[in-house]
Order: sequence, then structure tokens, then C-alpha cells
Amino acid sequence: MENLIALLVAAPLLGAAVLLCGGRRLDAVGHWIGTVLAFVSFAFGVILFADLLGKDAEHRTLMQHLFSWVPVEGFQADVTFRLDQLSMTFVLLITGVGSLIHLYSVGYMEHDERRRRFFGYLNLFLAAMLLLVVADNYLLLYVGWEGVGLASYLLIGFWQHKPSAATAAKKAFLVNRVGDMGLSIAIMLMFTTFGTFAFGPVLDGVGDTSEGKLTAIGLMLLLAACGKSAQVPLQSWLGDAMEGPTPVSALIHAATMVTAGVYLIVRSGAIFNAAPDAQLAVTVVGAVTLLFGAIVGCAKDDIKKALAGSTMSQIGYMILAAGLGPIGYVFAIMHLVTHGFFKAGLFLGAGSVMHGMNDEVDMRKYGGLRKYMPVTFITFGLGYLAIIGFPGLSGFFSKDKIIEAAFAKGGTEGWILGGAALLGAAITAFYMTRVMLMTFFGEERWRNQPTRSPEAPSAEPVAEHHGEHAEPHPHESPKVMTIPMILLAVGSVFGGAFFSIGDRFLHWLEPVTGHSEGDSPVSAATVTGATMVCLIIGVGIAYAMYGRRPVPAVAPRGSLLTRAARRDLLQDDFNHVVLVRGGEHLTRSLVYVDHTLVDGVVNGTAASVGGLSGRMRRLQNGFARSYAVSMFGGAAVLVAATLLMRAV
Amino acid sequence: MNPVNYLYLSALLFTIGATGVLIRRNAIVVFMCIELMLNACNLAFVTFSRMHGNLDGQVIAFFTMVVAAAEVVVGLAIIVSLFRSRHSASVDDASLMKL
Repeated sequence: MENLIALLVAAPLLGAAVLLCGGRRLDAVGHWIGTVLAFVSFAFGVILFADLLGKDAEHRTLMQHLFSWVPVEGFQADVTFRLDQLSMTFVLLITGVGSLIHLYSVGYMEHDERRRRFFGYLNLFLAAMLLLVVADNYLLLYVGWEGVGLASYLLIGFWQHKPSAATAAKKAFLVNRVGDMGLSIAIMLMFTTFGTFAFGPVLDGVGDTSEGKLTAIGLMLLLAACGKSAQVPLQSWLGDAMEGPTPVSALIHAATMVTAGVYLIVRSGAIFNAAPDAQLAVTVVGAVTLLFGAIVGCAKDDIKKALAGSTMSQIGYMILAAGLGPIGYVFAIMHLVTHGFFKAGLFLGAGSVMHGMNDEVDMRKYGGLRKYMPVTFITFGLGYLAIIGFPGLSGFFSKDKIIEAAFAKGGTEGWILGGAALLGAAITAFYMTRVMLMTFFGEERWRNQPTRSPEAPSAEPVAEHHGEHAEPHPHESPKVMTIPMILLAVGSVFGGAFFSIGDRFLHWLEPVTGHSEGDSPVSAATVTGATMVCLIIGVGIAYAMYGRRPVPAVAPRGSLLTRAARRDLLQDDFNHVVLVRGGEHLTRSLVYVDHTLVDGVVNGTAASVGGLSGRMRRLQNGFARSYAVSMFGGAAVLVAATLLMRAV
Repeated sequence: MNPVNYLYLSALLFTIGATGVLIRRNAIVVFMCIELMLNACNLAFVTFSRMHGNLDGQVIAFFTMVVAAAEVVVGLAIIVSLFRSRHSASVDDASLMKL
């Protein structure tokens, strides 16, 4: 049974290899090869899951040693896979949601001539992410980590003919490198501290290690998680990553990539538990990001960017929960899974809307689409209800638990974190209601106006038979696209209840992550009530602003905060002023020092030697007799000096 | 006779030779002055050998003669070819080796 773990990773990897090396002769079937291999991987995942379920809770860990990677004395790096409850959860999420996204892409990318390559990259993405979650040591995890970074770069920049997509891909890659550096430093610290990278010895050896070292490792792991999971301060790539095709956004936001950071922190839980300072930093990052993302989500008119802000915010919830320690680990993962369902559903719904609207992304040019796209409307609507935490749907269970856990942290921190989480819930309700109302309700603002600005070339060839100024004809997407949306909607509706009733998810994950209740100053019922109040307030404000009044087709100027939020709360400006300008100033001053000091010394030496030899040259006048004079003079001086030394 | 007198003679000959090297232009004369200096040295070596009662100085005198003979061969050849090319044996005329 253990041998299946390697096959789990190998199936999509094989797909990537075949599709990327196979050439044009695979163009006709390439997308089905990719999709089938993703489903094969999912099937392996299900078989392994059934196998794990058949065992005792304590023995649900499968290990597979594939080969010794770097067998050097004192530096043992193995390719070993570990499948426990935590990895299993991720494997099912990645392969399950990933396969549905593959299926959806078959329809979405139908008219793209590079579809085979697209599926190759999707498979590569799945393989890298699976390697990341089944690795048994940090070094192998790092391989998957970098693979995910590479695949995301390739996919975000898939339409590389658009300069904006190429730039966005580069930005994602570079920002991720900053986080990757954190992970590599963390791994080096682990090696010097524990002498190994394997999860078992590292996490068991935490007890004998000084807190300072663990805090350093924890902070570096947090930096890594910030990069991959788009948390403040490394969040800026996520919004631009929307330049990729919509299924890529769904894959990045729901099943892969951004969940890697949460996985890393939960997997390294033992380190964080022993380093309270690092843990506090994790919660602060989570709380700040969940508000940051939510505020950005409120101001965006681009449907995908609004959803991107929402992802940032929801991942912030997960990081917050992961930073709470054993109180929160299980709920972080539970929210991650339910979020995987509804965010994938929302993105696929957004893709379906764009598909029907000539690739228009501006929500101000949508409106009243529910009549034209009933399936999209219903699935998107269910995802919407799930994400705002409507009672009974997935988000309600998982987000509520995180808010409770935040309060259960205790003390002032608990109140601040819990308050931030509650505020985030209200803002989530606001911006998601806004997206919903602007897209599916209200007047049909797309009538009688050009849908695409002339400078945006036809990115998705679906629209090519429409003229530049053609009015869009909203229509429902084909079955191959709606079926994944329906399945994901089912997951978003029932997932949370299925996990929460009888604490199934808790019992499943507890052996790996541990769990403690904490002691909350407020009762669970109060928290739920407060969440509901926040939800109603958020939805109510959004309804008052966007439901009862017509939405202007051109964005109003807005308040200072709105304008800042439209610019992603000035994150790029901040990066530009602090990092780019700062870096420029630093390099300029270094160049100045180089020119004046270093070059000054070198050039000064050369010039003085040159000048001196120019003067000495005059002595070489070519007259043998003058040389003889110097010889005699020198000999006389030597003799005189010798005699003088004798005399003294 | 007091050997020191030989040293005086040697110093006198050396000085004459050195002065000749410095003030004469004719390469042949300069050359002969150099020989004069060498032989003044030889005289000094032999004298010291006699004064100290060992043979080292005489041995070195022989070395000097051998080296001087070799030097004469090379030096005269240079002077002859110099004269052939420039029709002059003046050492000041041969001042091309400068920057």
C-alpha cells in the first residue's frame, strides 16, 4: 500500500513530462491525458484514504522510502514519503479540486492553441504540490516548494504575449524567492541544530533545543509561509497573479500554492509550540492579512481581483488559526479544505461569467446575469453563502471555529485577535455581497457598450468572433465547465457540516496536530451570535450601497481609503518607495564609494607609480659615461656606508 | 719594501682608470682604462695575498684575468662593429638606448 504514495506523485509528473515533451502530435488528446492523470492521482489518493481509515487512529502513518538522495556521512537526505492524516487531507484536496479544475479547463481553454502545454503545466503544478505535502523531510519539501513556485510562474505568465502577464509572473516569482530564502535559511538552521531534516527527529528534538534557536527557525518558516501564502508583507504578487487564465487562479487559490504556507506552519507545529514569540508573530501576520485582504477586496471592480483579496483574507484566517497553536491547527486545516471548495467554485464561476461576457472582468459592466447563467448563478451563489459563513454552509462551521479559537487564546491578545477576526467576517460579508450584487443582480449594464477597451488584446480566443465593440451575449458555459462547478458547490454546502458534526475532522487530524480547547472568555454561542450580527451588518451595508441604488458604470472617485484600497492599500507604492528606491539609493552610494574610495586607492597608486617612473625615466639618457658616474657614485656611497658602519 | 706602497700604486692606477672612463670619449681608450682598473684591482688582490700570507687573493687575480680576457674579446668585437656602422668610436654617439 505504501508504494502507492510514489505513484500519487508520479501520475501528474508523468503527465507533465509526456505533455511537455510530446510535441504537437499530442495536441488533439493532450488535455484529456492531463485530466485523466489528475483523476488517476485522485483515485490513488482515495485508495490510500480508505486504507488509512481502516487502521487505528494512532497508526495512520504510511512511510515509503524510495531512495537515498544524498548519502553522505553526516548529511543524510532521503527521498522518503510520509502519508499521515495531515498529508492525506491535503492530497485529497489537491487531487480532488485539482482534477475538477483540470476538467473545467478542458472547456475553458478550448480555443487556446497552446492548451496541451497548459495542461502540462497544470500537471506539473499538481505533482510539485503533492511532493510538497507527502515529503518526509524539509529538504524534499523544499523541492516541491520550488516546483510549485516554478509551475505558478509558468501558469501566471501563460499568456506571455501580454506584457502585464509576463510582468505578473516575474513579480510572483521574485516575491516568492524572498519567502524561499526564509525556508532555505530555516532548513540550514535545522541542520545545524538537529543535524537532520527529517520531520520525525526535528519535531521530536524540539524539547532539547534553546528557545532562541526555535524562534529563529519559526520566524524563517513564517517568512517562507508569507511568501507562498501571500501574507503581509509578501502579499503583493497575489493580485497581479490574476493575469493568468482563470482556472490557474482557482488552482493557486484553492488547492495548491497558497495553502503551502499553512501546511508548513501546521506541519512544523512542534517548533512553533515551543517558540511563543514566533507564534505571536504568526498570529499578528494572520490578523493583519485578513483585514488587509478584506479591505482590498472591497474596493476592487475587477471580479478576479476582488476574489484574490478575499483569498488573501481567508488565508489570513488560516495563518491566524495556525498561529494559535494546538487550539487552532485543526481549524486552520478545516477552513483550508472548505475554502478550497468554495474558493475554487467562486473562481470557476467567475471564469464562467468571463467566458460568457467576452472576457470582461469589470463588475461595473456586469449586472443582471442571473437570468442568463442560471447554473453559474446558483453555484456561485452557494459559494458566496459558504464564504460569508451563512449558517449551515461550510464557511459557517470553519470560520466560526477560528473566531472561537482566537478568543480562546485568552488575555488581551485573544480579544484583539478575536475582534479582528469578527471584523474580518463583517468585511467578508460586505465585499462578497458586493461582488454578488454587481454581477448577478441590478440592471444589465453590459447592454449598449463596448465590452473591451481597445488596448486589451483578445486574451482568451473565445471572444475572437465578436467584434471590438460588440455587445456581449451572456450565455451559460458548456457542461464540462458547469459540472466541476456543481460538484464544488456541493462541497461548499455540505463540507463544513460533514466535518463538524460529531467533530469528525477534529478526531481525524488530532493525532498529528494535537488539540487543546483553550479557555475562551466568551461562550461559543456568543461568538456565533456575534458572527451572525457581523454577517448581517456586512450584507446589509452592501445591499444598501449596491442593491438598492444603481451601480455607476464608471467607478466614483471614492474616499481616501477606497482609493488606497484600489491600489492594493499602496502595497506596490510601499515596495517601490522602500525597496526599489531604497535599493537604488543603496547601490548608488555603493557605486559612489566604489568610484571614489576603492578606485581612488587603486588609481592613485597607479598614477603615483606612473608619475614617479616618468621622472626616473629621465635618468636613462643613453650616455654610457653618465651611467658610469652613477655606478661610481653608488659604489662610493656603499663603501662609505660600510666604513661608517664599521666605525660605529 | 713595505707592501702598503703597492696598495698606494693600486689606488693610483684605479683612480687614473676611473677618471679615464669618465672623461674620455674614445671607446678604445675607455676600454683600456677599464683594463687599467681591473689590473689595479689585481695588484691590490696580490698585495693583500702577500700581506695576509694566504693564496686566496692570487686565485682571485687569476679569475679576474680570465674574465678580463673574455671581456676583451666581446668588448673589442662590439667596438669594431660599432665603428663599422657609425664610422666613429665615440661612446657619446652611441646613445640610442634611452626612452
